[in-house]
Amino acid sequence: MTTAAERTDILVIGSGFGGAITAYHLAAGGAKVTILERGPWVPSDEFDHGFELGTSSTRIFDFTAGDGMSVLGGNCVGGGSVVYFATMPRAPRFVFDRQGSIGRRMWPSAISRDALDPWYDRVAEALPLSSQSWDEVPYPGGLWAAACNHAGRTANLPNVAIDVSKCTNCNWMMAGCRFDAKRSLLLNYLPAAVAHGAQIRPLHEVQKISKVDDWYRVHYNVIDDVDYRVTTGSGTIDAKIVIVAAGAGATPVILQRSEPELGKMPHGVGRYFSGNGERLNTAIIDEDRAREVLGLSRPNGAAYEANQIGRGPTVVCWDRLDGSLPEHSRFALEQLYFPPGLGTILAQVPGAEGAAWFGPQKKEMLRHWKSWLTIFILSEDNNEGVFGPPPPTGNSVRISQQMLGRGALSYDPTPQTLRGWAEADAEIKDILERDGLAKVRPWTNDVVGAYTVHPLSSCRIGDDPATSALDDRHELRDHPGIFVTDGSSVPGALTVNPALTIAALAERAVPGIVAAAQRRGVAVKYGAPAPSGATSAARAVTPLIPSLAVL
Amino acid sequence: MDTSAETVIKTMTLEAFADTFVPGEKRSPDDVAIAGAAPGPGAVAAGALELLELPATGVSDGLDDIVMTLNDHASDYAAEHELVLDESIPPFVGLDFEHRTALMTELTAVDHPEKEFWILTALFCFMAFDTAAHMNTVKAIEEGHPGLTAMGYAKPDPDGLWRFPDFSYGRQLARSYPGTTPNGDPA
Repeated sequence: MTTAAERTDILVIGSGFGGAITAYHLAAGGAKVTILERGPWVPSDEFDHGFELGTSSTRIFDFTAGDGMSVLGGNCVGGGSVVYFATMPRAPRFVFDRQGSIGRRMWPSAISRDALDPWYDRVAEALPLSSQSWDEVPYPGGLWAAACNHAGRTANLPNVAIDVSKCTNCNWMMAGCRFDAKRSLLLNYLPAAVAHGAQIRPLHEVQKISKVDDWYRVHYNVIDDVDYRVTTGSGTIDAKIVIVAAGAGATPVILQRSEPELGKMPHGVGRYFSGNGERLNTAIIDEDRAREVLGLSRPNGAAYEANQIGRGPTVVCWDRLDGSLPEHSRFALEQLYFPPGLGTILAQVPGAEGAAWFGPQKKEMLRHWKSWLTIFILSEDNNEGVFGPPPPTGNSVRISQQMLGRGALSYDPTPQTLRGWAEADAEIKDILERDGLAKVRPWTNDVVGAYTVHPLSSCRIGDDPATSALDDRHELRDHPGIFVTDGSSVPGALTVNPALTIAALAERAVPGIVAAAQRRGVAVKYGAPAPSGATSAARAVTPLIPSLAVL
Repeated sequence: MDTSAETVIKTMTLEAFADTFVPGEKRSPDDVAIAGAAPGPGAVAAGALELLELPATGVSDGLDDIVMTLNDHASDYAAEHELVLDESIPPFVGLDFEHRTALMTELTAVDHPEKEFWILTALFCFMAFDTAAHMNTVKAIEEGHPGLTAMGYAKPDPDGLWRFPDFSYGRQLARSYPGTTPNGDPA
């Protein structure tokens, strides 16, 4: 006896920005939407303050080691929005004119900063975003601002998706926000999608897509809720439209694995990966000099000693976001917090000879952990990443029961990328070592390669089929009805935190997906307000819809 | 060789390995596994072996291989450098701290074929010290976990959650980038 295949109108793979935003609009527009998410669905009272294996810090977070590049990302319902730091700047104007390694504009001609601004507005209204004020900037950001100012630089407070009035500055946001201060997708797009009938299935890891008649068939494994190495079942769902939004570290792997059944994938699938030009430096602040040089003090008498306090990055130096500078010389320098473990192991002892990431001097450096200040470089890399053959399942061979896996990404930085990093390192050193304020050194890239918390571009939009997997409406070339809307669709490094740009691109992609669904007989309309019901940004994009919804 | 001897070799070798990454003081004058290269407790006292033995790490099943391979490398290293090792203890334990460090630098170097294997094991030794990942964090702090204590990791509120009401200098400390939009974004 055969059982009828399960069917849905729209199958969404992944529930981060690319999945949640598209799922909401399509469900609100009347389509039957099913979201498959490979990670768990964790309520906020299960967001732990703790490092123990098996708590939320490992349940919802993945560290995938590659050859020359390790990728850190969310693994849960809500995706990156649950583990991220919610820093939400728009990408500067010059980014959209970047050429990178291809010798001509990487972005589709249809997209510029001006063209994307209405879609940025939609996300800003939906989450919503907030500005910060100086009287609520945590100590590490304040210290970075004061150091920048002392060195003749500026420093900005980027907009955030945080309700600061609820924030306790606990710095546990990578394990999920216990206080619902961080406006993750669990608080806006996803509950709104569910209210409109969308179904979210956690612990469903999509392996591949095949085709049956006019339907795409999505094949998934069901993952054990504690030991992610264990598969407890499998199944398929057929859909008229598939939206792949599994993250830039997983989307190309699913498409690669689908190639034998779907047919040849565009050249850009699994190529042009960008780590957003990211790199870290750790400074050890001289507390006396912070007091003397910068005039800083706290009520408890310390000048700083506040590495643990705050909410990730709150202050950024944008002086090098100057479009007149050459490509690869433009970068943001952002104060950041990483919890111990991820945030301590790769830090190197300033001035040490020989082993600088382990040994007695590193232990002594850890004794000064409260006086550490971490600075995050977001620069322009050269889209060097390439994915090798897919692993048997998922996007990695999982080593540990949660978090740690070995993926197929390889990344060999070009001289241009290395030059950008060297210039940024020198800038940080100039700012922080001035007048004996600190000792600083970059993290080592020799242990796990380079690393990124913002994987991008592994299945990107563009005008040129030779260098982009997607057209400018995010449809996979030669595979109509498959769309990609996550960070992998962003053409290249952004010099700023990318979540808002990923989200804006997903918003912009929806009218085209609605039109494609209508062509396949799905009863769906475009035009939902923000999840909160707000309508001003929705009204503002109305004139743009016809150009995005055409065949 | 009986099981207990194997266990002793395994424990001593893994302790010496962990102690190379986050070194600590000797537990007694005749402690040979911990080299005593740094004051205060190190990775071993912080629980590195307890963490490595947890199945959740994915490395616990391979610890016997790690021990055997590490001691093979130590023997080769000793021969290469014409060192005479004490045969009553595992070869890696027989190396002094400087040589243990030199060998681990070689094995974790960018071009070493076994690099990932050694780094993965070392990561858990670091995590034992930096995060106490083998135990409840609040309990670890209450019990004075060596790593979290040395780092000055703050204590939580009575409900086990962290809050920092004293968090800001509370004043403007820099001027904004001129190329900022009225909305607060890069232009």
